[in-house]
Amino acid sequence: MRLSKAWIIASKDLSIFRKKKSIFYSVILFSLFVSIGLPLLIYVLSGRSGSISPDALSGLLTVINAFAFFYIIGAASLPTAIASYSIIGEKQEQSLEPLLATPTTDSEILLGKSIGALLPPLVAIWIGAVIFMGLIDAITFGLLGSLYYLNAVIAVIMLLLVPLAAITAVEVSVIVSARVNDVRTAQQLGSLIVIPFAIIYVLGEINAFALTVPYLLILSAIILVVDIGLFSLSVSTFRRDEILTKWK
Amino acid sequence: MIDAVNLTKKFKDITAVDGLTFHVDEGEVFGFLGPNGAGKTTTVRMLCCLIARTSGESRIAGYDTGNDSDSLKIRKIIGLIPENVGLYGELSAYRNLDFYARLYDRTEQQRKESIERLLRLLGLWEKKDHPVGTFSKGMKQKVAIARALVHDPGILFLDEPTANLDPGAAKTVRDFILELKKEKKTIFLNTHNLEEAQKLCDRIGILKTHLLRIGTPEELKEALWGSKTVIGLEEVSDMIVAAVKQHTSGKVVVEDHRLVIDVKNAGQENPGLVQAIVAAGGRIQFVQEFSPTLEDVYLKTVRETP
Repeated sequence: MRLSKAWIIASKDLSIFRKKKSIFYSVILFSLFVSIGLPLLIYVLSGRSGSISPDALSGLLTVINAFAFFYIIGAASLPTAIASYSIIGEKQEQSLEPLLATPTTDSEILLGKSIGALLPPLVAIWIGAVIFMGLIDAITFGLLGSLYYLNAVIAVIMLLLVPLAAITAVEVSVIVSARVNDVRTAQQLGSLIVIPFAIIYVLGEINAFALTVPYLLILSAIILVVDIGLFSLSVSTFRRDEILTKWK
Repeated sequence: MIDAVNLTKKFKDITAVDGLTFHVDEGEVFGFLGPNGAGKTTTVRMLCCLIARTSGESRIAGYDTGNDSDSLKIRKIIGLIPENVGLYGELSAYRNLDFYARLYDRTEQQRKESIERLLRLLGLWEKKDHPVGTFSKGMKQKVAIARALVHDPGILFLDEPTANLDPGAAKTVRDFILELKKEKKTIFLNTHNLEEAQKLCDRIGILKTHLLRIGTPEELKEALWGSKTVIGLEEVSDMIVAAVKQHTSGKVVVEDHRLVIDVKNAGQENPGLVQAIVAAGGRIQFVQEFSPTLEDVYLKTVRETP
């Protein structure tokens, strides 16, 4: 597999994505909401004061960690919009046939489309996370007497769980997009992938799942296994013979 | 340059293409004529390594279309204009072409030169930065042609290149194909436009799942209709018919006030036929060599095949 070919396809998809204002703004707005809106909420919850009881502080830190989990949910939902458009857009424009006639392999095309769908949400989430961490540190420094971020939990979330969840979303979108002809339907079906992550979030909220490094690492391993399975399924779906003769 | 031997494609129980055997020479324009659903697009897709054949063999420039490593080599040396232009509407004409040129490993300089040359040739250079989505059908088709040529392929596959175009745009596309013919490109043209096939193709194959006939337009006409002379008379009498039959071994058919006579060599036989008719008291209104159109050949071939 030649990464250069995949990158050419990804950069073309990124050019188109920049012109799709609705998708572009949804990615930016999500990141802004989580990165600025949630720290503002923390600011209000912490009572804007310099002192807080130890119990309240513990609760505040739990809320901050729970908010960090929103990034995983974002990573599982944002690529769906782009990946669905990336593939169904090609189907609607009927541009897959000339693309498949070029000297690129099916895997290179699939990888290029995946990179094109992954990069914008990942970059937006990572930039948003830097803002989030900076604001949280600014708000909590007076209460904790030290910087809360960077810590191991956010590192595992940003470096493992966010990319893995985004990959899950892309693979599911590829599989769904092969079977439907409408971007909205694909997005709606693809966005169902958020449900398991939302359940994990709820489990965290009711203390059935701890947002600690060991648990997050176990969760990462499970998603990795799921991603490998979904990847092999999407590769078998994204075969030129299938695309031109069986895709709706 | 293009070879197929017993090339067959089945979709479950449906046979789309059955046992095609043909050869296309380098620099030749070969046309596939056939009704909708005849298997033209399926054949092109198999030859362009887009779908796998069920059985048989096909080769492009000696490379096997059924072999994975060969298929990448084939796709480097061919250009495809599919039935649907398949351009990226949000991107400019230049960006569309640049994207494809990069996939063919063209250097930046090669890309610039090739894109500018093609867009100028096709009269689109001034619109190079406009989104393709704002273009007319004819303009989009021109961009699709430029896309197929951006890597300077030796072999071109054109699937209904003038379908859905207005007569002016269709003529521009045909003229451009004629230019490519002068450049000695090997061209495989799918069409159901008979005039287009006659004008552009060196040889034509008539397809209806099977390859029904193959040859130059003249060979096809000759094979199906032979050579005929039509003689218009004021009145046709038995005496005239008898006189004609004495002069030719070919079939003589009377149609109203006309005699349709099978001849081997019209130039040699016609003077004798005229003389015989005049001697038998016939008053000749016209003598015409009957030449069937490609449409006659096509319709006869397709209709005679279930």
